[in-house]
Amino acid sequence: MTQSDATVWAVIVGLGIGTFLIRFSFLGLVGDRPLPNWLLRLLRYTPVAVMPGLVAPLILWPEATGGTLDPARLAAAAVTLGVGLYTRNVVASVLVGMVTLFALLALIP
Amino acid sequence: MTGSSANSSQGGVIAGSFGKGAVAGAPFLLVIIPFALLFGVVGTEAGLNLAQVMGFSMLVIAGAAQFTAVQLMVEDAPTLIALLTALAVNLRMAMYSASLVPYLGAAPLWQRLLICYGLVDQTYAVSIARFESPPAMTVSDRVAYILGAFTMIAIPWYAATLLGAVLGAAIPPGLPLDFAVPITFLALIAPALKTLPHVVAALTSTCMALAFSWIPYSLGLIVAAVLAMAAGAACEIWMERRA
Repeated sequence: MTQSDATVWAVIVGLGIGTFLIRFSFLGLVGDRPLPNWLLRLLRYTPVAVMPGLVAPLILWPEATGGTLDPARLAAAAVTLGVGLYTRNVVASVLVGMVTLFALLALIP
Repeated sequence: MTGSSANSSQGGVIAGSFGKGAVAGAPFLLVIIPFALLFGVVGTEAGLNLAQVMGFSMLVIAGAAQFTAVQLMVEDAPTLIALLTALAVNLRMAMYSASLVPYLGAAPLWQRLLICYGLVDQTYAVSIARFESPPAMTVSDRVAYILGAFTMIAIPWYAATLLGAVLGAAIPPGLPLDFAVPITFLALIAPALKTLPHVVAALTSTCMALAFSWIPYSLGLIVAAVLAMAAGAACEIWMERRA
């Protein structure tokens, strides 16, 4: 890294302030003013609209295997989702998913 | 009932919500600790001093954006480009912020400031899952819950960054913890698939994020998320008309 200390700090502080402003955007500025119904309808789907898209590339193209599809990781993902749908229990799904992954990675050389 | 006993029982509920939030956040330690250790190691190896590594983890608290910024600085990218690219990685958090308005908008400003400082993927995911489910919570309970989840995640995040920076490469690689990120999120997505519109939104998000993964600056995810929200809302309207 060739940047001066001041430049590095500028990036850190700039990124800190910028990220805070992104997080503060709606919750901070809108406060308890009512949002229009059409917007509330869209926002109801925020978690299921962001999280699947966030993890889909990580599941299909894992960095650890250089981006190639990995049967053990794919199976572990499927098991996690399956246990989650069946039990609706987050902790159980995480544990079963991780155990599946470790077991398959140990079995598949 | 006297005023003081009403207050103390209310205080008890709030303390209970803080604890429940902390417990809900705990499974994510599987992700947070290795990720923070790695940032400490990578940041130090990139040439950041201890204060700068900790500055990233304490002022930014957004793993993916921190890695992006450090990588671009190592590659000698122009400073403004490094900054804007890393910020773009965090744009999804504006959507989190918007979707929390109906639940936390009425909280006092100082509490919203604190919540927004700690609005990371994991705190958001466990909190919104709880807020959407019965029984309904009061606003102050919700504040306690989200801050509980954040405390559980933030303290180990700072500590593991410090440990990674100080111990450096002494940490053994080993376990396939790279995959802890998708697994913990999948475990949260599954119970969120409550109705057909939720399933439609999740499938749209998955397909569109893959289809638009070529868009630079992580903006493909934003496009996919907006389309998925629209698909969920459209499906909801369609079902209402049909009913």
